[in-house]
Amino acid sequence: MAFGPHLLLAVLEGLVTSAVLALTALGLSLVFGVMRVVNVAHGELFMLGAVLAWAIATSIGGSPAVGFMAALVLAPLIVGAVALAAERLVLRKVNYDPEATIVATIGLLYIIQQLALTFYGADARPVPPPFNMRISLPWFGYSGYKLSIIAASALLLVVSWLVMTKTKAGLIMRATQYDRETAQAFGIPVDRVYAGVFALGAMLAAIAAVLIVPISQAHYLMGQDPLLLSFIVVIIGGLGSLRGTVVAAVLIGVSDGVISMFFSPTLAKMIATLLVAMVLVFRPQGLFGRAVR
Amino acid sequence: MTDRQGFFDLSKTGISRRTALKGLVATGTGLVAPGFVRYSQAQSSAPIKIGFQCHRTGIGAAYGRWYEKTTNAAIKLINDTGGINGRQVEVVIEDDGTDAGRGAEVVGKFANQHKTDIVYGTLFSNVVIGSAPAAGELKIPYYVVSEGYHVASGKLNRYCLQPGITDVRAQVTSVAPWIAANAGKKVTMVFPDYAFGYDHRDYLPPALKNAGAEVIAQIAIPPTESSFTKYFPQIPAETDVIYHVMVGPAVLTFVKELGEFYGSNGPKLFGFIDSLEAVDVNSPGLEYLNGSHFWEGAPRYAQADDSDAMKAYRAAVGIDDSGASTSDAKDVSTAAHMFGCWETLYVIKKAMEDSGYKGPEDRAKLIEATEAMTEFAEGPEHPQGKKVFNGKIHQVFGSQNISKLEGGKLTVVHKTSIEDGQYEPEADYTTQAL
Repeated sequence: MAFGPHLLLAVLEGLVTSAVLALTALGLSLVFGVMRVVNVAHGELFMLGAVLAWAIATSIGGSPAVGFMAALVLAPLIVGAVALAAERLVLRKVNYDPEATIVATIGLLYIIQQLALTFYGADARPVPPPFNMRISLPWFGYSGYKLSIIAASALLLVVSWLVMTKTKAGLIMRATQYDRETAQAFGIPVDRVYAGVFALGAMLAAIAAVLIVPISQAHYLMGQDPLLLSFIVVIIGGLGSLRGTVVAAVLIGVSDGVISMFFSPTLAKMIATLLVAMVLVFRPQGLFGRAVR
Repeated sequence: MTDRQGFFDLSKTGISRRTALKGLVATGTGLVAPGFVRYSQAQSSAPIKIGFQCHRTGIGAAYGRWYEKTTNAAIKLINDTGGINGRQVEVVIEDDGTDAGRGAEVVGKFANQHKTDIVYGTLFSNVVIGSAPAAGELKIPYYVVSEGYHVASGKLNRYCLQPGITDVRAQVTSVAPWIAANAGKKVTMVFPDYAFGYDHRDYLPPALKNAGAEVIAQIAIPPTESSFTKYFPQIPAETDVIYHVMVGPAVLTFVKELGEFYGSNGPKLFGFIDSLEAVDVNSPGLEYLNGSHFWEGAPRYAQADDSDAMKAYRAAVGIDDSGASTSDAKDVSTAAHMFGCWETLYVIKKAMEDSGYKGPEDRAKLIEATEAMTEFAEGPEHPQGKKVFNGKIHQVFGSQNISKLEGGKLTVVHKTSIEDGQYEPEADYTTQAL
């Protein structure tokens, strides 16, 4: 294949990775930014979203588009509810202590993973995409659904940005992120904000999972890679920064696509990890993050 | 690090060192005592214990589930017909998480804690290679159902045997002539980037060359990969056949992306069913496989010429004509491999009877009795077909099936002979000390 089409394919693949990664990492970044909680179970919430998408799409049956749309609405809501319960029953009980929450979310990771294995099983199961369209380019064919993932993710990111900057809910979240105690003194129900943010972070991961599941089946171990990559993105972009998360996700996604296509996937992972090390050494707050006060 | 909530403060838990010691002593006594009572008077009547190293979790879990079902069915039949040497057989299962390190620990646990007579049942090559040294050190016979070439290559030790399933080298050697004659002469290989994939990588090219075809590209894919489009530009345009073998949950993605990439004018496909074990061939996204060919150890779908033994075996394990569980049509079996568990257990039974096996002190005799075997006739104990056993390399040889996916089912179109897969042995375990 000639260089031009080859590069085009690499960039398209990279953008699909970026789209899903941006949503997942945004959830992680939001939870850390506002709550200062490092949610190690984030990848499992992603997996839960995918598994639920399968369960919902299968039980509804009928046209794939109907099942998929139902999954896109219901799966994030259920995952949000699970996260809310975890926040109330676990994180609040340990008073959001940074070390304790890490241990608690590691526990949560194993609980969700093993429950998925017990009730869903060890198989990878497919969810039919809402539409099947092969876009035929002169050099190769490409999935129309994959392009729609990029569009859907971009739309959701714009909505997230509008919510964070233009609405009262966003203002409250930003105030809590900036200074928890002052926010509380001004009458912001910090406790409820935490619960909402944790659920929202989980829902973003679940949406990303529902989008990706028609092209990469639901499997109970699928949460590991997104967790690792989300951490990489969040560290490079700067914890708690929406802009940084998106820029870093595109950077990591596209470079992963291009490097793994022209060289090897292992090299792409090595370079991403090296980038994290460099950022941690030279700019610990991340490319767009503010230094933690 | 602060510990404000006192999670790591042992004094808060209310367990003093003295209590802990008492508890430890009590537990220790509890573990040892029943052992003395149960086995001291009647060794001959105590059950034979088979340690089953099972992939209950991890990447091999779907295989593990069906290996377990097959094992249970075979053991039930063996016990119902009088057991082994008049003793009942008990299977002790430990999960290895499809992980090499954990596998070695599990072998140790079987030998030292459960005191099983043998260890049996592993599939994934990384676990076999990781566990084999432990089996050799502990001198416990290790019967694997793995199909990797590692046993036959001589890389492991005398305690490792594979008497119930053929190895990858034999499999690729016997299907290569068919690929060259029927699918095409220019072959691109796609295989997983670890031991099992390397057996394919190393042994297919010479076998194809002998048959007048050639491998023009080899693409190794990391086992955790979830997206494949990025590898497709590496497939040369003049490829006649894509030879794919990938174990991992992502096979559906692979096939779907291949279909999107090539549309209707791509190369032919020849695959190892390994990628699709436990996956319904009619799953959405697999349409692109229609008309392609697969290697199968034992056919998943019931065939018109199935022997009575094969029918009885399928009924005992509980799979229907489509190779799915009789109790749940969505639960598709790993039929191409799991027959190996059934046949291995019957080899173990025969070896224990031949050697008059009584207990762990007879383990060396058991190995020698297995090595002395040469042929297994087709029948209820070997439903997949006749086998030839080479005691020097501890490896069995048998026939392979090539099936075509058509009309939503796999139909056998060619059966290789045992001779097709035989190669010059490269090792001799019998020269090693026991």
